[in-house]
Amino acid sequence: MILESRDVWFSWRDRDPVIRGATLALERGTLAALIGCNGSGKSTLVRLLAGLLTPDRGEMLLDGAPLPSIPLRQRARKIAWVPQAAPLTFPFTVIEVVLTGRTPYSPRLHFEDESDRVIAEQALATVNAAHLANRRVTELSGGERQMVTLARALAQQPRVLLLDEPAAALDLKHRAALVRTLANLRDATGVTAVMVTHDLQLLDPAFDRVFAMSSGSIVAQGPPREVLTDAVLASVYDDPRVRTSRVGDRTLIWSE
Amino acid sequence: MSLRVRLIRALAISAAVLAAAILFGVWAGYERITPDLLRHDPIARAVFFRVRLPRVALAAITGASLSVVGAALQAHFRNPLADPFTLGVSGGGALGASVAIALGWGASALGVPVVFVASFAGAMAAVLIVYRIARSGVIVLPGALLLAGVIVNMIAAAGVLVLVYVTQSNRALEILRWTAGSLDAVGFDIVWRMAVVLTPAWLVLFTFARDLHLLAMDEETAAALGVNVRRTEIAVYFLSSVIVGVTVAVGGTIAFVGLIVPHAARLLFGQDLRIVLPSSFLAGAAFLIVADAIARIAVPSTELPVGAVTALLGGPFFLWLLTRRQRNSAM
Repeated sequence: MILESRDVWFSWRDRDPVIRGATLALERGTLAALIGCNGSGKSTLVRLLAGLLTPDRGEMLLDGAPLPSIPLRQRARKIAWVPQAAPLTFPFTVIEVVLTGRTPYSPRLHFEDESDRVIAEQALATVNAAHLANRRVTELSGGERQMVTLARALAQQPRVLLLDEPAAALDLKHRAALVRTLANLRDATGVTAVMVTHDLQLLDPAFDRVFAMSSGSIVAQGPPREVLTDAVLASVYDDPRVRTSRVGDRTLIWSE
Repeated sequence: MSLRVRLIRALAISAAVLAAAILFGVWAGYERITPDLLRHDPIARAVFFRVRLPRVALAAITGASLSVVGAALQAHFRNPLADPFTLGVSGGGALGASVAIALGWGASALGVPVVFVASFAGAMAAVLIVYRIARSGVIVLPGALLLAGVIVNMIAAAGVLVLVYVTQSNRALEILRWTAGSLDAVGFDIVWRMAVVLTPAWLVLFTFARDLHLLAMDEETAAALGVNVRRTEIAVYFLSSVIVGVTVAVGGTIAFVGLIVPHAARLLFGQDLRIVLPSSFLAGAAFLIVADAIARIAVPSTELPVGAVTALLGGPFFLWLLTRRQRNSAM
């Protein structure tokens, strides 16, 4: 197991817990999806897995070691977090943003060097955004910004990629391209990826595993074919009108 | 162009501008001092070494300090309108220093003037208040940040005013003298004392340049990339308060320097904080030397407070930034 969450609880300040005993384990080289209704705790769980939040109870393990025991820079070489793209205040260039992904590898008072630049440019090319390199991030569309954010995470050369709704701002073509990119990366580098998504049509057959969250815990998990069923989805989304249908090797999902 | 080349180029340009500003600063004044005059006239020599040169040094130290802190605060809060003045840091420092002056704390403790310490404490209190009010989860609300800064400034200014009225008249005069921001402190003694405290603070702040570069983009991403956000935050608040506190204790509230200079640096040299921070430092020194020289020679019969000059330049600049930002966010 590369990344594990064991009976993790978390609450913001003194409010009711939003994560209630979440347990999941990710095998190396898995492309996993995290699904669930709004407010079920997906983004919070991803932040916990990234080490950005500390659980109130339970533990997070990276390669069997407790996450808080790993120095920040070491952690940043292994885990990359891709947030929902937010607009930036200052007009940094795209390449400047992607280069920050190399920070965990260069000493504090050093600039990124030529090899870092090559890796950053490759990361941009991987997400089909090489042409954006010298554009200002403040001028990009939401979808383009999302690809830049993903490129930065790839420049980290992580072993685990945690993506918080990366497909939300993307059109049909780019959503499909994103999933293909993640699958290719998994095959080529053995990266493990967890992607929060509301787009259930993306999951089958590209993803290896689906984790379904409800009220702060994992209520169902397995290959897409097992999780994407009328009964499971009706309970996860609390919607008895969810229907699924298999067409070829895909699963279509809708609510009547 | 590699980042190292960009840094060297930016530093070379800023240093050249600073050198020109120094020459202008030592020349300009009630009496124009030329090299020839310096060789032959003992009075001109005395004016040059005891008045003109320390004043230029003080302007350089103050301008560099306010600018580098402005650049750091803008990055840390991801707010292009942040600077020591707009966030109330200078105001807090001024109130702290006023208390020290009003109580007659002219003494030094361990070589550090008490007024420095009082001013630092005021600046730190202001930073913490403004930050507490503006912070909401992982987000620092930009509007609340600036509003809180303005209000802290007003409260501090009112506090200073009360002190001026209730304190002895000679001390009240002393307080009034620098509330407008003025650099006519004479002699190198105070410049050395400042340098002793400020140099380590500047150097440590520079070591946070990369962390600030990442924070300028996004706080959580910076954390995910290995930045110790909490430690950086504490360091930035503490160092900003020390640096602004000491400069305010000597020069008073000199507004908007920390706003104008980092923007100019970003415009000329790009957004990378590892370049913006040191070039703002040098360019800030140059800027305040020139502003102070203008304050000395603008009106033939008298000398203007340099704080008035920077505010007259910086206020409109702030408003221009504000309208530009509104237009951007409307798009």
